[in-house]
Amino acid sequence: MKEITAIQPQLHPALDNPKLQLAIYTATGRLVDKRKGTVAEESLPDYQELRSQANALKRHAIDHLDYYLELFQRNVEANGGKVIWCRDGKEVVDFLLGLAKQRKSKVLVKSKSMTTEEIHLNEHLEEHGLEPVETDLGEYILQLAHEKPYHIVAPALHMTRYEVADIFEEKLKIEREEVPEKQTQIARGILREKFLEADIGVSGANFLVADSGAVVLVENEGNARLSTTAPKVHVAVAGIEKVIPRAQDLATFLKLLGRSGTGQPLTVYTSFLAGPRREGEIDGPEEFYVVLLDNGRTKVLRDADKRQALFCIRCGACLNICPVYRRIGGHNYPWVYSGPIGAILTPQFEGLDKNPWLPHASSLCGACGEVCPVKIEIPRMLLELRADIEAEKAAKGEDKLEKLGFQAWARLMSNPMLYRAASAAGSWVLQDAGDGGWASQLPFFLNAGPTKGWLSQRDLPLPAPKSFRQLWKDRLRQPPSSVPVRQQDATDEGHSA
Amino acid sequence: MSTRVSIFVTCLVDQLFPKTGLAMATVLERLGYSIEFREDQTCCGQPAFNSGFRDEARTVARHFLKVFADADYVVLPSGSCTAMCSHHFSELFRDDPAALYQVHALEPRIWEFSRFLLEVAKVDDVGASFPGRVTYHDSCHALRELSIKQGPRTLLRKVRGLELVEMDTAEECCGFGGTFSAKFAELSGAMARTKVESIRRTGASAVVSIDSSCLMQIQGAMRREGLKVQALHLAEVLAGGAQ
Repeated sequence: MKEITAIQPQLHPALDNPKLQLAIYTATGRLVDKRKGTVAEESLPDYQELRSQANALKRHAIDHLDYYLELFQRNVEANGGKVIWCRDGKEVVDFLLGLAKQRKSKVLVKSKSMTTEEIHLNEHLEEHGLEPVETDLGEYILQLAHEKPYHIVAPALHMTRYEVADIFEEKLKIEREEVPEKQTQIARGILREKFLEADIGVSGANFLVADSGAVVLVENEGNARLSTTAPKVHVAVAGIEKVIPRAQDLATFLKLLGRSGTGQPLTVYTSFLAGPRREGEIDGPEEFYVVLLDNGRTKVLRDADKRQALFCIRCGACLNICPVYRRIGGHNYPWVYSGPIGAILTPQFEGLDKNPWLPHASSLCGACGEVCPVKIEIPRMLLELRADIEAEKAAKGEDKLEKLGFQAWARLMSNPMLYRAASAAGSWVLQDAGDGGWASQLPFFLNAGPTKGWLSQRDLPLPAPKSFRQLWKDRLRQPPSSVPVRQQDATDEGHSA
Repeated sequence: MSTRVSIFVTCLVDQLFPKTGLAMATVLERLGYSIEFREDQTCCGQPAFNSGFRDEARTVARHFLKVFADADYVVLPSGSCTAMCSHHFSELFRDDPAALYQVHALEPRIWEFSRFLLEVAKVDDVGASFPGRVTYHDSCHALRELSIKQGPRTLLRKVRGLELVEMDTAEECCGFGGTFSAKFAELSGAMARTKVESIRRTGASAVVSIDSSCLMQIQGAMRREGLKVQALHLAEVLAGGAQ
């Protein structure tokens, strides 16, 4: 389909791959079901109140970001740690290179972090001869396969155990192993060595707690705890929007995050990391750094409405429920953040002109907004971005055809006489085109543009021989065919709804 | 004097599915309402609004506001168009206080058909009969913007001879999405086929919805996939069989 290729070429491989379709649909479906159970009235009666609370807390934190970031910094320093402010990925890379040089270390262990994916940290470190090793199982598999995460929470969601077996066999030069538990054992064995070897552990951050200077990490494998405590240096890389005001706010967020993401009341591990090892403590790093990354976030902040995209706590619930994500998968999205949240983050970070198709690639079903634990109005943001994109195109004089089309349409729809005339003409042209009012194909001169797109997938209804307004006129000329069975004031009719 | 109800049949119903409009009028008339159809009505403006063309959407929405300015009740056979008028008009005119005033004045008088039956007419049994097994498709905007979930089901359960069965993906989008259906045709088609398979599994002889746009998508896909199941608007079912 030419029309589609012009918009987004890579959608096809995903849509045309039944195995992949089944893998995505099943994996996301499982997460949807699990979430549903843990946020149900019986399990979490105050779920809706928690969402409102989480939204209010995030809104407050983002509205007062300068204050809370400085408070966070003071408290990190009071705990003996350091805060490094970075404008972009390059500054993060330079900082880490400096640390590695100082420590004369080559291996870095990493726990799962979307923020470091955002700045392609691994690739940049590798360019400088370092060896960053992903320790989350899914991320480790992807690192071996040289792929980017398919999903915010479940990075290797699209891979079957057979594909993992292929990757392990090829990259690790080991005997083929298809049993997931055994594959885990293999990865674990290799990663243990890396944990011992590494001097630097890099993590992301789920929350930065301003009033205590703590970095909070949630995970299920224990690799994040190990990455942040075994090496001598721990560096947490976090977007500036991750700050929350108080430790007590975690009571709200942690209840929502595990449930929304994986359907767990709480993840297996929740780590509160506040500063380096203190005297008398038996574990923890010698040095503790928090890298606060901007990378476009302050630009997003300028829009007081749409910056609510920064409230995101990266649970992935909107991806799992999204009928678009579930069909096209994570790799068709242009940036690391996929799904509905990706569709509203990407244009705000990368510019409206870069992927103008993205906010349009939604049926606006609204399921994402319904499941968002921090109540980001994703569907409304998509509409706002569409308007921004079209306004920008109009200002630049690009893509004039659709604009002209809608201008003509608006004239037609605001002029009843014109509308009636067009409607009559339309019915006349198409009166014999279909079978029983539906067409599975049309003559070539009509099979173009949107009609062609429609007909490529399904049959098209043709204009009725007589429109409603014509039928209504006919009806008014006839005596009423039916007697009212009930009077309007008969409200005692047992309304049981 | 019976209460006068103005019907907005939506552009889609007017052009493609006029029987749905007639069925809605019939049901309302049977309940004793006097129905008026304002000849000048066209569209609510949603296609332009959803595509990002706000100026054009405003032009059409202004026309809608003008046509229905003095109506007591405006009843629509569509959750999506109802949501456009009662939710999105206020976004569309957020910088235009005069228009916004008109929007807010009209909002409480705009009613989606099934909700009007249950909450204004206060009936759940309109005396209809329809033989056979039927499944209900939740249209996204009705479900998520208007919170309409049980109402249509309540009405269907009261229909004589009708057996209501749930499909496993009742709340999942059919993939229509306005211009999305043509701009991302293959994606939209894939979504429709999931819906069709789900309908097939119920063994129902008809799929019912309160939005003709979803029905157009579903029926178009069912025909293409060779599934002989009727796609009916709720109004058509409720207009059936009564005397």
